[in-house]
Amino acid sequence: MAEKKMTFEASIRRLEEIVGTLERGDRSLEDALALFEEGTKLMKQCSTLLDKAEQKVLKVTQQADGTLKESEFYPPEGE
Amino acid sequence: MGEAITVSALNLYIKQMMDGDTVLSSVLVRGEISNYKVYPSGHHYFSLKDAEGNIRCVMFRREAVGLRFRPEQGMKVIAEGRVTVFPRDGQYQLYCNRMIPDGIGDLHLAFEQCKAKLEREGLFDPRHKKPLPAYPEKIALVTSPAGAAVRDMIRILGARYPLCQVLVVPVRVQGAEAPSEIAGAIDAINRNRAADLIITGRGGGSLEDLWAFNEELVARAIHRSEIPVISAVGHEPDVTIADYVADLRAATPSNAAELAVPDSEDLRRRLRHLETRMAAGLTRDLREGRRVLDRAKASPWLRAPLPVIQESRQLLDYRQDQLVHVVEKLLLRERTRLGKQAAALDALSPLKVLGRGYAIVRKAEGEIVLSTRQVDVEEALTVRLNEGELICRVERKEP
Repeated sequence: MAEKKMTFEASIRRLEEIVGTLERGDRSLEDALALFEEGTKLMKQCSTLLDKAEQKVLKVTQQADGTLKESEFYPPEGE
Repeated sequence: MGEAITVSALNLYIKQMMDGDTVLSSVLVRGEISNYKVYPSGHHYFSLKDAEGNIRCVMFRREAVGLRFRPEQGMKVIAEGRVTVFPRDGQYQLYCNRMIPDGIGDLHLAFEQCKAKLEREGLFDPRHKKPLPAYPEKIALVTSPAGAAVRDMIRILGARYPLCQVLVVPVRVQGAEAPSEIAGAIDAINRNRAADLIITGRGGGSLEDLWAFNEELVARAIHRSEIPVISAVGHEPDVTIADYVADLRAATPSNAAELAVPDSEDLRRRLRHLETRMAAGLTRDLREGRRVLDRAKASPWLRAPLPVIQESRQLLDYRQDQLVHVVEKLLLRERTRLGKQAAALDALSPLKVLGRGYAIVRKAEGEIVLSTRQVDVEEALTVRLNEGELICRVERKEP
């Protein structure tokens, strides 16, 4: 499903839109139910993104041709 | 190889050489103060430097109390003293007994000049400040890959918003190469659209340590950047040129990491709040729908339609009666009006006048005769009476 590809930002913005529409209450009950279903899905998606997210850290170095190369980054040891 | 001597013997030898030198025994040195530290003992330790060199200096408490100003980082001074070796370290230093300010330090001057120039060009103008992304997906850290700054930033970014990928773009943050490396990295990230937010900075240090972030090269790269830039230099309240140009100034690298991303905990709270609001909206819609349904079910049309139909039929009959009655009344009124009009018309008819004894005289062609001049003697005229007509001949005309 295309929704799975949505970024966190796109998801939460869509969610805010849905909440706004439901609060205005100017949609038919069928529409409202469909929106609620979509909203619930987005809510779950956002929570999962937050819960499951693991920080990814990469080192990026400039190549001779001006492009960037990504590699593993090992953070400095520290106290 | 000749005979080896001990380290202390060598240091002592150098010390004796230097102590015997007339120039070194009393010298005036012009330079810029850096790394100035006052120890609890009351002794002052610092360095004097210029563009190419650096010399360690010490001013003992006895002499330091005689200072008429407060020596500070970057201050240009003239110091007087003797140069000799501290045998324990094998380091020579200036044993300073007098020091006076020598105008304003070069670096400070350079800073003020650069700042004024870029300000004139509008590089600090608030209208150039780009808004930061609310939910960054990739943050590039243009900083030293070693050191506490990068470690702190990665830790805080990870704790607050692990969704965001961190790209460490290693650069030197001090020394001659630093400005071009920092500027080059910012340009390269822009060219490759590698991130949606850039943080550039380093941990705290002296004015010289932070100098790269006062360089015009770096300021212009930040200004050029289409990706928003947060500057994060040092821990001091000192502001660098980079801070003025950046889209947002953070006081420290850690502070930059906090400003760069939302906090997951806040986001979770916000999600819960949105969930409550969404549910409330739907519940209200459902309640409203239920109410409409209940009202519909309560309607007599659905419960017992026959009496409603009968009632409607009755109403229809009544209305029909009303309609007939109204039309009749209307007809009567119109008829009366017509009668009145006919009577009025009748009163105006010429035939009515004939009834009162008048007559109408016409010539043969039908022309009505009003004057004797219209007719000739012997001419035949028609006289219209109330009842019938006379055909007459004119015998004589009298004026």
